[in-house]
Amino acid sequence: MSAPQRFLERLPARRGDEPSWVAARRQAGAARFEAIGFPTRRDEEWKYTDVRRIADGDFGLATHADYDRDQFESQRLALDAYQLVFVDGRFNAELSDLEGLPAGASVQPLSQAIDQDAEAIGGSLGRLAGVDFSPFTALSTAFADEGAVIRLAPGTVVEKPISLVMLSRANDVPVMSHPRVLIMAGANSEATVIEHYLGEEEAANFTNVVTEVLLERGAIIDHYKLQEASLSDLHIASIHVDQTRDSRFNSFNLSLGGALVRNDLVADLNAEGAETGYNGLFFVQGRQHVDNHTLVNHNAPRTFSNENYKGILDDRAHGVFNGKVYVKRDAQQIEAYQNNANLLLSDRAEIDTKPELVIYADDVKCSHGATTGQLDEEAVYGLRARGIDEPMARALLTLAFAGEVMEQVKLHAIAERVERAVAGRLPERFNLADLVETAEAVQEA
Amino acid sequence: MASEEMEQLVRREYKQGFVTDIESDTLPPGLDESVIAFISQKKGEPQWMLDWRLEAYHRWLEMTTPSWAHLDYPPIDYQAISYFSAPKKPEDRPQSLDEVDPKLLETYEKLGIPLHERAALAGVAVDAVFDSVSVTTTFKEKLGEAGVIFCSISEAIRDYPELVQQYLGTVVPQSDNYFAALNSAVFTDGSFVYVPEGVKCPMELSTYFRINAANTGQFERTLIICDKRAQVSYLEGCTAPQRDENQLHAAVVELVALEDAYIKYSTVQNWYPGDEDGKGGIYNFVTKRGDCRGDRSRISWTQVETGSAITWKYPSCMLRGKDSVGEFYSVAVTNGRQQADTGTKMIHLGENTRSTIISKGIAAGRSDQAYRGLVKVGSRAKGARNYTQCDSLLIGDQCGAHTFPYQEIGNSTSTVEHEATTSKIADDQLFYCRARGIDEEDAVSMIVNGFCKDVFQELPMEFAVEAEALLNVTLEGSVG
Amino acid sequence: MLEVKNLHVTVEGKAILKGLDLTVNAGEVHAIMGPNGAGKSTLSAVIAGKDGYEVTQGSILFEGRDVLEMEIEERARAGLLLGFQYPIEIPGVKNIYLLKAALNAARAARGEGEIPAPEFMKLVREKSAEMKMDPSFLQRAVNEGFSGGEKKRNEILQMLVLQPKLAMLDEIDSGLDIDAMKVVAQGVNSLRNADRAILLVTHYQRLLNHIEPDRVHVLVDGRIAKSGDKSLALELESRGYDWVVEESAA
Repeated sequence: MSAPQRFLERLPARRGDEPSWVAARRQAGAARFEAIGFPTRRDEEWKYTDVRRIADGDFGLATHADYDRDQFESQRLALDAYQLVFVDGRFNAELSDLEGLPAGASVQPLSQAIDQDAEAIGGSLGRLAGVDFSPFTALSTAFADEGAVIRLAPGTVVEKPISLVMLSRANDVPVMSHPRVLIMAGANSEATVIEHYLGEEEAANFTNVVTEVLLERGAIIDHYKLQEASLSDLHIASIHVDQTRDSRFNSFNLSLGGALVRNDLVADLNAEGAETGYNGLFFVQGRQHVDNHTLVNHNAPRTFSNENYKGILDDRAHGVFNGKVYVKRDAQQIEAYQNNANLLLSDRAEIDTKPELVIYADDVKCSHGATTGQLDEEAVYGLRARGIDEPMARALLTLAFAGEVMEQVKLHAIAERVERAVAGRLPERFNLADLVETAEAVQEA
Repeated sequence: MASEEMEQLVRREYKQGFVTDIESDTLPPGLDESVIAFISQKKGEPQWMLDWRLEAYHRWLEMTTPSWAHLDYPPIDYQAISYFSAPKKPEDRPQSLDEVDPKLLETYEKLGIPLHERAALAGVAVDAVFDSVSVTTTFKEKLGEAGVIFCSISEAIRDYPELVQQYLGTVVPQSDNYFAALNSAVFTDGSFVYVPEGVKCPMELSTYFRINAANTGQFERTLIICDKRAQVSYLEGCTAPQRDENQLHAAVVELVALEDAYIKYSTVQNWYPGDEDGKGGIYNFVTKRGDCRGDRSRISWTQVETGSAITWKYPSCMLRGKDSVGEFYSVAVTNGRQQADTGTKMIHLGENTRSTIISKGIAAGRSDQAYRGLVKVGSRAKGARNYTQCDSLLIGDQCGAHTFPYQEIGNSTSTVEHEATTSKIADDQLFYCRARGIDEEDAVSMIVNGFCKDVFQELPMEFAVEAEALLNVTLEGSVG
Repeated sequence: MLEVKNLHVTVEGKAILKGLDLTVNAGEVHAIMGPNGAGKSTLSAVIAGKDGYEVTQGSILFEGRDVLEMEIEERARAGLLLGFQYPIEIPGVKNIYLLKAALNAARAARGEGEIPAPEFMKLVREKSAEMKMDPSFLQRAVNEGFSGGEKKRNEILQMLVLQPKLAMLDEIDSGLDIDAMKVVAQGVNSLRNADRAILLVTHYQRLLNHIEPDRVHVLVDGRIAKSGDKSLALELESRGYDWVVEESAA
């Protein structure tokens, strides 16, 4: 049996009352996935990422959504948020909390949305992330039956963040999950959505998540993806964004966990004034592998994008950055800036980066830059000259390197958490308080 | 296969496939083993050379055309190409400039090509017009005194087989890529240079050869070896648009620099880009690679690419020796419906190796061009450094400029920097020049030349002047 | 030399000049003054031929030729030269190239041959010395990385080399310290002769202490509201523009 067939074997029997459009889509997804199979490194889009660990794996489907509440409370973000909790892809109502959600905002598990609001989401679900995007979106289309649907009526402003917590459990047999996230932001609505991946330390599951974000005129969405899954988890994600006039999308892609992580981020700027910001930070060590593929399509004149991705790599970790800016013919007077900087802390770590520009309009301001290197030795010297010992100086500068991305993070709880994690991965004898104090002192000096 | 058997095979094939008799020296279209054997025999090559060609041919059969480049062209029928043809007889060529396309002559005029050279470039039977023999003789004497070998690759295979055998295919292996494999099987022309230890080549090679070199073959093979502490500057190509009957060009250039050696390789490429719809233009699929084998060696590629319908070219450096240096300076200009996919690869393998990449792309008309580059730092390349700057200038809103820089970094002590910008000629810059009385086309060419200055200053002096004139001609009619 | 009649100009549909009349004769220096937004810079830009300005009515004649029918570079070659308020930076293009190309273009238009290289170098060295510019400036890219004062001096240097018939200087004094202004004014004064006219566009009277105008015009709301001799400039200095605005509204 081929690998795709082995995966598709796991497709559960469907309920008879499932809407026909859902069933048709599943079939299309399964057919497509069976036809193309898993990507290989001969595929330009997967040149640096080998997914055999997934293709060769055997993953079941979770049978329940139990998770220890105390453990959950100790792990979750220290943040006042509306939250939907999923365990190995299944909805956990007990841990979820939507208390006080403003009228005009609807947040529901996908299963419920399909049952109750099929008409409202039918035209949107899968519109951006088609089965042709990648083998994994095809696989997702075949399997997906759970996830989150967030709908904002025009003018709705949700003050508190909406947090989608995706937990991965240490199971006897590894499982796979294919969550879908659909965000439909009406005109001039505003919200912050967090996808938070975490779980038990021993978890070794495969998560294949697809997120679609549709922004109507003037809508503003801040999207955080905080990846803190176990160091054995396999994680494939794609985020697809469709923007109309004057809408704003801000992505924060913060990747710390996972054995194999692949993120695809695609934004289509389809009307004037649409603006998108991509902020990314990854810190990998051991034998972690993180691959970030980003694409901004400037399909209309006077659209703007700004991208800043940073990577810190230690041990034998492997990082990939592939950022593409595409400017369609006649998409004049656009501005697109892209920057990728990487810091290698070990000789055995590897980074492969490819910042691409594909431009068909002439009146544009586009630039990109990519740098890979080490800490600035002069800065190390400068700190030492002020009495800071060398490991501390290096730790501080590494934190500062990450800081440039973290400065853009508006949610303090997330910024602090990531900073702690970064600091925690530096040589043990520094505690964050010390570092922060020193950092402040340096800034004053 | 024994040579007698080969001989037989060759004869058998002649009987079946060749429309003309053996004396005519021209093969009908098509490629198989017998064709390769024929070429090798015609060139009087030793057996090892034929074996090498056949090995390449077999590899080629198993390969497929690369599809990753940002190019769009109809599939090439390799069986429709003739792989060996003797030079045209004088009576088949234009007999005087009167028979030559006046447009071509007009371009020569603009480029300031001396009168006696124009005829040669246009393919007029030259013997009476230009006395190249005397120039070549003085030139050969001078090189001979210095001990520099400079001859055609065919002569080298005959006269210096040990050198050729030692180095041929060691930089670009037969099966390196589709076009290199094809070239390895069927190459018929090209140059060979060997500069002995400690010798600085007394002149820029091929400067005096411009006319001779103009009659380039379809599958050129060039091999340049610089021994320890030797230096050479090699100039390839010609600013004048060249008349050429061959649509497909697949050259291979191999450079080898031993300890402390320095090779500077400059190219100006201006092949026929095709008519306004891009029809009939040259396809230029070239593999150029330099191997900095010795410590402190240096290889520098400088190119000005303005011609061809399609250009597919990535002059590269393998930086093996400690402290070796690779450089790539490129200006690519496309207009009309030209397509260019060009760039470089810098492979850092040795400690403290350094590379610099400066690429300037100018796209006008309905043309499309891409920079494609790879900077790879191996895990043992401690202290490796690369700086890449890659700028595109767009003229008009029907063209495209693309940048695909790959970086593969596997060493924490290395520093790799890449910067790229895309811009257009600003209206206010044009207005400023015009308000000083400079017309729009001159203003554009001034600005474009300014944009390319970082690369032009790397060119040998006389090439630089020609390159500027060439840009102006290429961009003619691109504004307004 | 220059005759502007009933000139109406709109920019992006907005009327800026609304029936402006102006006559400048050879040998004269005219100053156009006025409050911000009165249309001062529009006037010089329209004469030089900048895009984006639509002439809806009126005419501009230069030595009897219809300026509006001439291409931008034709105007320059005919001797109509604009000194920019914000000189444009052109990366990579050396000053010396620009000067030579511009000078030869003008000479070609007059039916003269190219200037011989030694003669050109002598001319350029001489003129840069007059502008107190180090010859190394000539090797630098046009205005790239120049300070404000250097850019303005560079504009005047171009005038000195190209010897226009009518030099229009748009806010040539803006952003200059007093020493730089003296150098610029000296350069402009050296351009003065019986065959040449100079049109100064300025907001401040300060410049006119150094370059004495023959005529001063006050531009208010797209029209010349008041003309006079240099004493008018002094009056504006002490009383401001409001009184002219009020007078013209009355």
